[in-house]
Amino acid sequence: MTAAIAVDRLEVIFDRFRALKGVSLDVQPGESFGLVGESGSGKSTLLRAIAGLAPVASGSIAVNGKTLGPRRDKAFYREVQMVFQDPYGSLHPRQTVDRLLQEPLAIHGFVDGEKRIQRALDEVGLGNGFRFRYSHQLSGGQRQRVAIARALILEPSILLLDEPTSALDASVQAEVLNLLEEVRKRRKLTFLMVSHDLAIITHMCERLMVMQGGEAVENLTAADLVERRVTKDYTRNLLRASDGFVRA
Amino acid sequence: MTASDARPLSRRDWLLSERPASRTQARLGRAYVAWRRFSANRLAFLGLLIIIALLVVAALAGVLAPYSPTFGDLKNARLLAPSAEHWFGTDDLGRDILSRILYGSRWTLYVVILVAIIAAPIGLLVGTVAGYAGGWTDAILMRITDIFLAFPKLILALAFVAALGPGIENAVLAIAITSWPPYARIARAETLTVRNSDYIKAVQLMGASPFRIVLRHIMPLCISSLIIRVTLDMAGIILTAAGLGFLGLGAQPPLPEWGTMIASGRRFVLDQWWVAGAPGFAILIVSLGFNLLGDGLRDALDPRSGDQ
Amino acid sequence: MNRKTETLLDVDDLRVTFPTRTGLIEAVRGVSFSLGRERLGIVGESGSGKSQTGRAIMGLTPPQARISANRLAFDGIDLLSVSPRERRALRGNRIAMILQDPKYSLDPVMSIGRQIVETLRTHEKVGKAEARDRALAMLEAVQIRDPARVFDLHPHEVSGGMGQRAMIAMMLIAGPEMMIADEPTSALDVTVQLDVLGILDRLVSERGMGLIFISHDLRLVSSFCDRVIVMYAGKVVEQLKASELGQAQHPYTRGLLNCMPKIGADRHPLPVLDRKPEWAA
Repeated sequence: MTAAIAVDRLEVIFDRFRALKGVSLDVQPGESFGLVGESGSGKSTLLRAIAGLAPVASGSIAVNGKTLGPRRDKAFYREVQMVFQDPYGSLHPRQTVDRLLQEPLAIHGFVDGEKRIQRALDEVGLGNGFRFRYSHQLSGGQRQRVAIARALILEPSILLLDEPTSALDASVQAEVLNLLEEVRKRRKLTFLMVSHDLAIITHMCERLMVMQGGEAVENLTAADLVERRVTKDYTRNLLRASDGFVRA
Repeated sequence: MTASDARPLSRRDWLLSERPASRTQARLGRAYVAWRRFSANRLAFLGLLIIIALLVVAALAGVLAPYSPTFGDLKNARLLAPSAEHWFGTDDLGRDILSRILYGSRWTLYVVILVAIIAAPIGLLVGTVAGYAGGWTDAILMRITDIFLAFPKLILALAFVAALGPGIENAVLAIAITSWPPYARIARAETLTVRNSDYIKAVQLMGASPFRIVLRHIMPLCISSLIIRVTLDMAGIILTAAGLGFLGLGAQPPLPEWGTMIASGRRFVLDQWWVAGAPGFAILIVSLGFNLLGDGLRDALDPRSGDQ
Repeated sequence: MNRKTETLLDVDDLRVTFPTRTGLIEAVRGVSFSLGRERLGIVGESGSGKSQTGRAIMGLTPPQARISANRLAFDGIDLLSVSPRERRALRGNRIAMILQDPKYSLDPVMSIGRQIVETLRTHEKVGKAEARDRALAMLEAVQIRDPARVFDLHPHEVSGGMGQRAMIAMMLIAGPEMMIADEPTSALDVTVQLDVLGILDRLVSERGMGLIFISHDLRLVSSFCDRVIVMYAGKVVEQLKASELGQAQHPYTRGLLNCMPKIGADRHPLPVLDRKPEWAA
C-alpha cells in the first residue's frame, strides 16, 4: 500500500537555522498520526513543510505516492488541506463566512458552490445563521469550525492539523475534537496532527512521533503511551508533566 | 419608548443583527456600524458637511453665482469692497469675487479628484506588489519610490510642470506623479503585516495565484488606511495646486482657480485685502473640511480600534 | 497568632462593570471569598471574570470600568477607599502580580537586573551595591543558573521560562505578602511550566505568602493549590478543597473535569459541557 504521506530525511533551514534535521515519517491512508513536542521541536515546521509553507533544504515529501517538487500544483491542494492553530488569525478579518468558503470553490472552478457551502456549514454544526457573519462576530470555537469547513470544502483526503484546539477553552476543545473525529470517520480522512499535549494526541491518534530540537525522539503507538512503554527520558518527562504538578 | 419609535428601531436591529441572512444585510450592517462611529464624531461630521457643501456648490455654480466669473465691469466695478451687491467685493478686472470662488470650486474638485484617482491606485498597486512579492521586485519598486520621495513635493511638481508646460491638466499630472510614493509606502507596510498571517497562508493553501491573493485578499485590507491618508492629503493637494497656480504654472488666467486668484490679488493685499483674502479663506475652509473628514474616517474605519 | 488562619484578603460581593456602546456589561457579578496564607486557585473559562477579579484586587482595572464591593480589604486596609498613591505603594511592596507573558510585562529596553534593582529601590531605601547583591540572590532563588550573566541581559534575549523566572524574581524582591498570578505558566512548555510552578510553590511556602493562582486549567490548579474557586459567567459556582475536586457538586465543575482528554481513558466521543442557563443566573 502506498503511504498517504511519506517524508524522507527532511531538512528545513530558515536563515541558517536548521529547524528540521533529517526527519522521516510514514502515514498510512486513513490513519491518524500525531506529532508531539515542545516549542522549537520542529513539529509545526514539519507540517508546514508538507503544506509547502516552509523552505525545504533537502530530503523528499511524497503524498499518495507522488513526490512533491518545490511548487505545489492545484491538484495537491485538492488532496491536502490544513487547519491552523489560532482561530483568531486564520480567518480574513474583512470577509464573511460565506466569502471565506466561496474562495476555494472559485479558485478550483466548482459550479455547485451554493450547495457545497450549505453542506459544509451543516457538517461542522454551524447552521445557515452563521453564513453571513464576519469572523469578529464568532467565538473561538465557531471560528475553528469555519476553518474546518473551509478545509473540508475541497474534499481533501489528508488534513493537516496544527494545534487546532490549543487556543480554545477546555469545553470547546472537546467539541472541536469530537467534530474532527466525526468527519474523519465519515470521510475516511488521513490526519496528521500536531500538539504539545500528550493526552490530546493519545486521544486522537493511533501512532505518534515525539520530537525535540528538530529531530525525532521516538515513534510510539497510542497504546504504548497508555501503558507507559516509552524508551526515552524525554518522553518520560513529557508524560510526567502531563500528570500535573506534584509537590516536591 | 413610544410605539412610534418601533419602526426605525427595528430597522436598526436588522442592520445590527448578529445573524445576517444575506450578503447585502451583512455588508449594510458593517457600513452602518462604521457610519454610527463616524457620525458620533461631531468634528468629522462638520468636515463631511463642508465637503458636501463643496460638491453642491460646484454642481450648482452656474445657478448660485450672481455674476459671470470671467467678465467684469471694468468701467464701474474695479476693486470694490465687499457690499450687498458684491458680497466678497470685486477684483482688478471688475469681476465678482464670490462668483469666481463659486466657479473655482469646480477646479478645486477637478484637481483633487483627478489626483486621487491617479495617485492612489498607483500607490496601492506598487505597495502591495512590492510588499507581497518581496526580494528583488520589492527592492526595485521601493528604490523608485525612494527617488520620488527624495525631492520636496512642490519642487518636483514644479520641475514636471516646467517640462510639460503650464496649465491645469499638467499641474494635476505633476501633483499625481509626485504624490503616489507615500501611498505605496503605506500599502507596502500594511501588506508586510498581513503577508505572513495565517489567513493569507490559508488562501495560499487553496491554490490561489499570487495575483488573486494581492487583488482579492490584501488590497481590501489596505484600502481603508489609504482612503484615510488620501483624504488627509487632499488639503495638501489643494495647497500644492494653489501654489502652482500662484507661481503661474498651474491654472492660467482667466480660469477662476483659487491659487491663481490669490496670485493675482497679491498686488493689492494691503489695500484691497479681499481680493486675495477671499480665495485664501475658501482654501482654508475646504482644507479644514478634508482634514476633519480624514480624522473621522480614521476613527471609523480603523480595524484596530475594534469592530465590536 | 496562628499565621495559617489569619485573613490577608477579604472580598465580599465584588462587582466589575464595563460600559459599552450597547449597555453595561458585568464582568464580575458578586464574587466573595477570603484568602489566608495559602494557595487559592481561581478557575474558569474565557469570559468567566477570573482575570477581572484579579485585576480589580490589584487595582489594574481600566479606568472606564466601575468597581463596587461590600468589602474589599487587604490586611484591614480598604482597597476601594485608599488614595491612588497608597494603592501604588501597596502594589509591588505588599501585593505583587505575575502576568501570563513576561515579554509584555518586562520593560524591553532595560536589562533584567536593572529592573529588579529599580523595583527594590522604589520600595526600600537600599544602597546600589546592596540592591545588586539582593537582586542576584533573588535570581538565584528562582533557579537561574548564571545570575550574573542574566542580570545584564535584556528581556528579548532570554527564553520564555527564563523571562517568567525573572518576572517572579522582580515581583518577590520587595517581599510581598500576597501574590496574584494570572495564568503564569500558560505561555510555557509543559516541562518548563512544572519548573516554574515548583519555584513558585517553594517561595510561597518559605515566605508564608498568600497566593491567588488564576488559570483556565482545572487539573493544574487542583494539583498546585490548596483551595479552588470555580467561576462561571462572572460568578462563583463552587468553592472547594483541591483534594476534594473529585467530589465536586456543581455540574459545571464536573463537566470541566470530564471534557478533557486523559491518557488511558478511552472515551469517544468526549463528553461535552451542556451549559445550563441557570448556572449564570
